[in-house]
Amino acid sequence: MRFRREPLFLARQSYRRRRLEDAARLLPILGVFLFLLPLLATGAGTAGQGMYLFAAWFGLIVATAMISRGLNRWPDMSHDPDEEASSHTPAKPSDPTSQDEGRD
Amino acid sequence: MLSFNTLVAVCLLYVIFLFLVAFGADRSAARNKSRFLNSPLIYTLSLSVYCTAWTFYGAVGYAARSGLEFVTIYLGPTLVMIGWWWFLRKLVRVGRAQRVTSIADLLSSRYGKSNFLGVIVTVIAVVGTTPYIALQLQSVTLAFSVFARDRSAGWNAPDLDATALWVAGGLALFTILFGTRNLDVNERHHGVVTAIAVEAVVKLVALLAVGVFVVWGVGGGPAGIADAIDEAMRNTPGEAWAITGGRWVGLTFLSAAAFLTLPRMFHVLVVENIGERQLAVASWAFPTYLFLMSLFVVPIAVVGLGTLPAGENPDLFVLTIPLHFDRDGLAMLSFLGGFSSATSMVIVASIALATMVSNHIIMPIWLSIRSEEASVSGDVRQVLLLARRLSIIGVLVLGYLYFQMSGGGTALAAIGMISFTGVAQVLPAMAGGLFWRGASRNGAAAGLILGFTVWAYTLFLPSFGEAGVMSATLLAEGPLGIAWLKPQALFGVTGLDPVVHAVFWSMILNSFAFVGVSLMSFPGPLERLQGAQFVNVLDQTRPAQGGSFPAAAAEDLLVMAQRTMGADAAQALFQTQASAQGKEGYLPDTTPDFIALLERELSGSVGAATAHAMIAQIMGGATVSVDDLMAVADETQQMLVYSSQLEEKQKELTTTARQLSTANDKLTQLSIQKDGFLSQISHELRTPMTSIRAFSEILRDGGAKDAEAAGRHASIIHDEAVRLTRLLDDLLDLSVLENGQVQLNPQREVLSKVLDRAVAATQSLIASQDLRIHRDQGREQVIITTDTDRLAQVFINLIANAAKYGDAKFKRLTIQVGERDGALRIDFVDNGSGIPTESQVMIFEKFSRLTDNAAAGGAGLGLAICREVMDRLGGSITYLPGQSGAAFRVTLPLEKIPHHVAN
Repeated sequence: MRFRREPLFLARQSYRRRRLEDAARLLPILGVFLFLLPLLATGAGTAGQGMYLFAAWFGLIVATAMISRGLNRWPDMSHDPDEEASSHTPAKPSDPTSQDEGRD
Repeated sequence: MLSFNTLVAVCLLYVIFLFLVAFGADRSAARNKSRFLNSPLIYTLSLSVYCTAWTFYGAVGYAARSGLEFVTIYLGPTLVMIGWWWFLRKLVRVGRAQRVTSIADLLSSRYGKSNFLGVIVTVIAVVGTTPYIALQLQSVTLAFSVFARDRSAGWNAPDLDATALWVAGGLALFTILFGTRNLDVNERHHGVVTAIAVEAVVKLVALLAVGVFVVWGVGGGPAGIADAIDEAMRNTPGEAWAITGGRWVGLTFLSAAAFLTLPRMFHVLVVENIGERQLAVASWAFPTYLFLMSLFVVPIAVVGLGTLPAGENPDLFVLTIPLHFDRDGLAMLSFLGGFSSATSMVIVASIALATMVSNHIIMPIWLSIRSEEASVSGDVRQVLLLARRLSIIGVLVLGYLYFQMSGGGTALAAIGMISFTGVAQVLPAMAGGLFWRGASRNGAAAGLILGFTVWAYTLFLPSFGEAGVMSATLLAEGPLGIAWLKPQALFGVTGLDPVVHAVFWSMILNSFAFVGVSLMSFPGPLERLQGAQFVNVLDQTRPAQGGSFPAAAAEDLLVMAQRTMGADAAQALFQTQASAQGKEGYLPDTTPDFIALLERELSGSVGAATAHAMIAQIMGGATVSVDDLMAVADETQQMLVYSSQLEEKQKELTTTARQLSTANDKLTQLSIQKDGFLSQISHELRTPMTSIRAFSEILRDGGAKDAEAAGRHASIIHDEAVRLTRLLDDLLDLSVLENGQVQLNPQREVLSKVLDRAVAATQSLIASQDLRIHRDQGREQVIITTDTDRLAQVFINLIANAAKYGDAKFKRLTIQVGERDGALRIDFVDNGSGIPTESQVMIFEKFSRLTDNAAAGGAGLGLAICREVMDRLGGSITYLPGQSGAAFRVTLPLEKIPHHVAN
């Protein structure tokens, strides 16, 4: 009974994915915060500020990379993000039930 | 020693190499071996057209002048990229779903395929980008001049203008060759993109190489650089290196906005994109690229400031430092890096601009000139290609002319900022169009025009200096001496840097006009349809379907499509669609789906507005009519209505189900009662039968000793037979009543007489049970017209019930007569303990008896018969709760007129 054993796993997977999406949305806000912080640290010299900025920048890149990889690894069940653009047939309608299922 | 010939030779070799790369990429794409070409890596690298010569050379100069502030130019795009899930994902999805060819096409398509908006955006883009192209030419010639100055002994100083002309010509050739090779349905240019990816690697490697040389070769490692930075910071006049809030925030915002709206960025980000996976990778890979590009900028700047003679142009430190230390190879690489930056920018920008100009300006004009012949006139493809080639040349000529006129000299970064601010005006209309369905064409046009005007007034025109369009007095005192209209202190806002001031006012006024006019205007149907498709692009991947079009000229459409998309592509498309519809051959039915699909395919070549116009020409006014589109748009609405109807129906069903379940409960209870009654009735029938049998046996066997005993036995048999008969009579009566076979004999009689008869009939029972009856004879003088015998039967039943079941010590029954709403009400209220609430529902049912008090002599049919009788008489009998004891109300319709006549 494949169907009976899987729901638990699927629910956890889609839950994880939605949290990843949340993280992807929140990341630019964190970025704005980090990039505006030097405005408050007026005492630091250019070298210090520069090192801070590059460190923050690098951290953001690493975080984005991890989130993007996660979003790629756990594909969205609700629709196919990489539908072939050049195909001449209109894309299949996404299954509405799977999209609405278990949103939280 | 680096000779001029070597420099030119290396340059030429590099250019030939790029041509070969582009050529190879185009060929392998044509043979469908584009796996590598479609990889996220190529996509990420192609985004590097953001880093132009301005970035390559200018960033170092910027850092030398203002410290860390240069980094804002990279922070904005970084924020946009790491927030891809939020904005870029939607933008890219829209771009693919709508076959968008340029940013002008995006806005035109979003706002009802309005070509007017397309023209506005095209003009903004051309005006904003031309200085930028000039800037690239300038940077290349400056780079040449650096070599010329240092090595002038060896070779003749080249003519700057001639160099620029050669470069512009070469770029035009490359762009035309690879940018307009074919009218790709999706506007993808594999050759160009791959060449740009190669150039991206070259410029990154060049800058990193110079950086590594500067840090470890000259600067003495990171520690030495840190000291040099502090030293440079102390030496700069004033607070030039300090981070200031206004500029920091303003420039970060500006670069983020420009990253999305620059025509060339839109082209590589959206038009050349083929999937979300590319974007997901680029979301971190491109910030990494920017990170590496800016890593060594400050070190190069401070080392340049520290080691090179004062007065050296900081914009060229990337070149002059290696030359100063006689690193010819490094200088060569650095030169190629700068050259790559400039060329890739010019190529992509001119392709993007040419697409916009040809699709939104040239094609509409051409179509309107030959409007009646769109389906029969010459090959549209050739016209389109020619238009695009001419546009490329035109754009480059404009750039060259601007370069000629400005003559160089302005700091590179300043021109970049002006250009950024100009194209950023598109942002409100773009973002609003993607996220707000209420954004309208008029709003977008108002915002764009106002923003563009403010930009020109506060930043672009003043940038030409006092010798230019604006006089010094105008700048200092405002037009006609109106102080609050001063170009660089609008509305008295003085504390801002000119660029930030222009960004602030242009974006604010732009947004206000956009939102305000959008709120006030009423968009057309097509506009609303497109708006819904754009805003909801992530939810719906399929356009809505409408009614069917009248049989239209599929053949004409095929002819037109062949001329626009090319014969093979058009025939393949038509054949696929025909077979999807279950037809053979090349001519599908012109269903709305097919028309919409064809229009989108065409818009991949000529832009949404032109494609719409072309199809409308062939299909005539009767085809893509406003009503049809409205019907399409209404479909969602209809779905909503339908679902709400379903909901209502469901509610109804729920109510019915509840009623059914109540009825079922009642039925179950009744069935139980019936079972109970059957055993009861068997018992009732059996008891008299038993005694009849017993006594008759005694009589038969001569058990009765004397005549008296025999008589007594016979009378017992008789009584029991009577009881049996009564029971059977009741049952018969009820069944007759229920089947509606009863005959009514209406007669006029005074109510009191009916009651009198009922009381008289129960006299023996009343006497034996010692029941007192209270009546108000005065109120009973009502004449009724009904079957009074049947009514008396009801009354008898009620009085007998009170006598039999009343449990008070001194039994009393009150009979009250009243009249209300044309109905006569006769209440029988006794002083017993009444009937418990849970039993009140059941008492009128057949066979129901609250106690199995067999002694009462009934079978539980009395009240059921009463109810049936009252139903037949047109009245009712109900239990009246809340009285002192058991209370029954008999209601009888009263005929007023006979009553009055009687009085």
